[in-house]
Amino acid sequence: MTLLDISDLTVAFPTRKATFIAVDSANLTVEPGQIHGLVGESGAGKSTIGAAVMGLLDRPGHITGGTISLKGKSISGLDREAMQSLRGKEISMIFQDPLTSLNPLLTVGDQLIETIRNHLGLNEADAKERAIDLLRQVRIPDPDTRIDQYPHQFSGGMRQRVVIALALCSEPDVIIADEPTTALDVSVQAQILELIKDLAQEKQVGVILITHDMGVIADTTDVVTVMYRGKVVETGPTAQVLGQPSHEYTKSLISAVPRPDTKMHRFPLVSYGGRETTFQIEDLARNWKKTELDKSKPLFEIRDLTKKFLKKPALIPSRREFSTAVDQVSFDIKQGEVFGVVGESGSGKSTIARMIAGLYGVDGGTITFDGQEVTGAQDLSSYRSQIQMIFQDPYSSLNPRMRIDAIIAEPARHHGILSGKALQHRVDELLDRVGLGAAAGRKYPHEFSGGQRQRISIARALATQPRFLICDEPTSALDVSIQAQILNILKDLQEHLNLTMLFISHDLPVIRQMCDRVGVMKNGVMVEQADTESLFTAPQHAYTQELLSFMPRLDGVATG
Amino acid sequence: MTDISQNKPQSRIAAFWDSDLAYAFRHSPIAMVSFLTVFLLVFSALCAPLIAPFNPYDPASLDLMNGFTPPMTSNDFTGAEFMLGTDDQGRDVLSTILYGMRISLFVGFSAVMFAMILGISLGLIAGYIGGWTETIIMRIADVQLTFPSILVAMLIFGIAKGVTPIEYRDQMAIWVLIIAIGLSDWVQFARVVRGATLVEKNREYVLAAQLIGRSSPVIMLRHILPNVLSPVLVIATISLALAIIAEATLSFLGVGAPPTQPSLGTLIRIGQGFLFSGEWWILFFPSCTLLALALSVNLLGDWLRDALNPKLR
Repeated sequence: MTLLDISDLTVAFPTRKATFIAVDSANLTVEPGQIHGLVGESGAGKSTIGAAVMGLLDRPGHITGGTISLKGKSISGLDREAMQSLRGKEISMIFQDPLTSLNPLLTVGDQLIETIRNHLGLNEADAKERAIDLLRQVRIPDPDTRIDQYPHQFSGGMRQRVVIALALCSEPDVIIADEPTTALDVSVQAQILELIKDLAQEKQVGVILITHDMGVIADTTDVVTVMYRGKVVETGPTAQVLGQPSHEYTKSLISAVPRPDTKMHRFPLVSYGGRETTFQIEDLARNWKKTELDKSKPLFEIRDLTKKFLKKPALIPSRREFSTAVDQVSFDIKQGEVFGVVGESGSGKSTIARMIAGLYGVDGGTITFDGQEVTGAQDLSSYRSQIQMIFQDPYSSLNPRMRIDAIIAEPARHHGILSGKALQHRVDELLDRVGLGAAAGRKYPHEFSGGQRQRISIARALATQPRFLICDEPTSALDVSIQAQILNILKDLQEHLNLTMLFISHDLPVIRQMCDRVGVMKNGVMVEQADTESLFTAPQHAYTQELLSFMPRLDGVATG
Repeated sequence: MTDISQNKPQSRIAAFWDSDLAYAFRHSPIAMVSFLTVFLLVFSALCAPLIAPFNPYDPASLDLMNGFTPPMTSNDFTGAEFMLGTDDQGRDVLSTILYGMRISLFVGFSAVMFAMILGISLGLIAGYIGGWTETIIMRIADVQLTFPSILVAMLIFGIAKGVTPIEYRDQMAIWVLIIAIGLSDWVQFARVVRGATLVEKNREYVLAAQLIGRSSPVIMLRHILPNVLSPVLVIATISLALAIIAEATLSFLGVGAPPTQPSLGTLIRIGQGFLFSGEWWILFFPSCTLLALALSVNLLGDWLRDALNPKLR
């Protein structure tokens, strides 16, 4: 019997201006023991389906059509009270961020025992026994002692295991996992997905796995549903949908995912829905003040770079405690190359970027740019006008109270490179070249989407005609289709404008596509440095091998 | 190009009218009523010389025989009639209220401006620079918060009175009042701005400005300040009500506006002497005006806080 049957579900969010249809007649079924993947880009309505099933739609959103039935019984018409008893008991949920879904003031045991007693009506001792058993089932080592610890004593991955244990407390029939591994590192992600897979089999629970990551879908799910702007465009067994996609959108979506196995010259763009906007690199290159590249010479020589952060402040210097974020890292960046730095969160890769950008002071070692030492130099203005940076979060990297033209003009105006009419001309030209049009200059950042904002960031970075560009996770906040566009732009910049780049990312396939050479960071130490090809084909260091083995692979997937 | 520049102001008004804030305003009767009240009171205070029937500061217009005339009745001796009655010296209460409100509003606005400038600057510096600077500024703020603000204001007023020569005292009184109320009120601005600055300074747009080598004052003023202003607007509105009340309290206690420049508080102090002898109007009307002013400004501030914070809706 079908466990969960969603048919013709329509969810609407009425607003002042218009009614927004977040989910438009979606159909979806989940069988016991099955993992049903729900994939799509942001705004596709995948999380809304999860919330609708849970009865947790944010106001003013509500179900305007269709039915949701659980084991043949309709649950979409239930009132709040009936829904509340259902929620957690028969359907439970795993959220994205394990940090916020546990109460930091209660021990893990308290939270588990309370939930178990609420749902199963057991007494304290039995509930505790069950809680320990659950922790064992989610593979937490030494559950008898761990049960009395607080959430902050668990690592991110362990915390997500606790959240899964919480979801299992009431022996639910259906679990909705909304981006359960997005906040985790790849190595942890692989373990959590493995756990979800095992548990679904073992307990015959139906799982709806909501994700934006094609790799997760390929690794974990049995059936997949692809959504685009509120509509289901394709559904079927995972191998079939990924291997022989029938819908145009699925095809272009899959081809936009960076491939880990071979390096391609450019990313195929997601053409479905007319999202493509052109980037006119040739026009930009014509007016560019190029510096000749001497590929044998390094642009940057970085030696023994060290950064310590104050962990415990104290009046007396000897009492202060530091943690070393970057420990004696040395590497060269040759002129015109893209040097990648890859590592998990907390490995110190962003700290390196910020030290090179001059945003953080250096606690040891030297940075030499074009033969001149930067560390300790008095006047950095000439150095600063030659480097620029593209940031991770397009929503916070543009000042919300400044107009786009002022944002783009600021670096060039500050360095005194251009002013007045010439500056305005440069700004208009840049906006035009990145595909937004000069009229965009009169608007404010909130009027643009994430991908458009990242283009504005790029325009700002190019305004001073820099020689060196630091990209700190430039696409990790973007959808794959937008990521493909932005990465193509960055490739164009490097090829046509002779830019040298430092490219920071946690995403191995992206690194493979973008970089000439790569350094692998672990706990502040650069453990391996190699050409991209040799690193991916023959990793030397054990940590690199481990990272590569956890990389989600799109095996048997149609090549774009 | 020309027609764009012509259309611009119009579209901006239209855009404002269409904005969520304006929409929330149009759908909140409380906000509209209090805005109307504040507008009427401020307008009549500003135009006092034009609309007040008498100039209460002009001794020539005073007739002692008109003293203690009840509202809307003709005087026993002169037959003159006053809408809100007269006080002991025959001054028209309506006119004294209009002129008194000018002083109250002037002191309130200026004190809030002063507190705002001081609080925003110190808050920005504390939040952005951090370290010892922050510790010192915020500890001073903490210490000041342990005193009731009216006490701080009285203390400052007392010290100022002690050091100013006697012949300037009446002239200086208003300015001393502004500084006293402002100094007792900067802490909450500093706290809110510091908190917001701590959030904003870690945003990447600030890093982008640091990257090109912008100096700290430029980053604070051009980048961070515009982004921390909306909570400040709310506090400023509520502070205005509090400042008006603080001014009235100080004047009522006799340490505020001098009798030569009576504010609402001074009028209330004068009026309370006659409350038990039956001349209720001398106290009643200034008090009502103060109440209406402070209440509607306060309600407006409350509404603004809710409207700017969608989570509370």
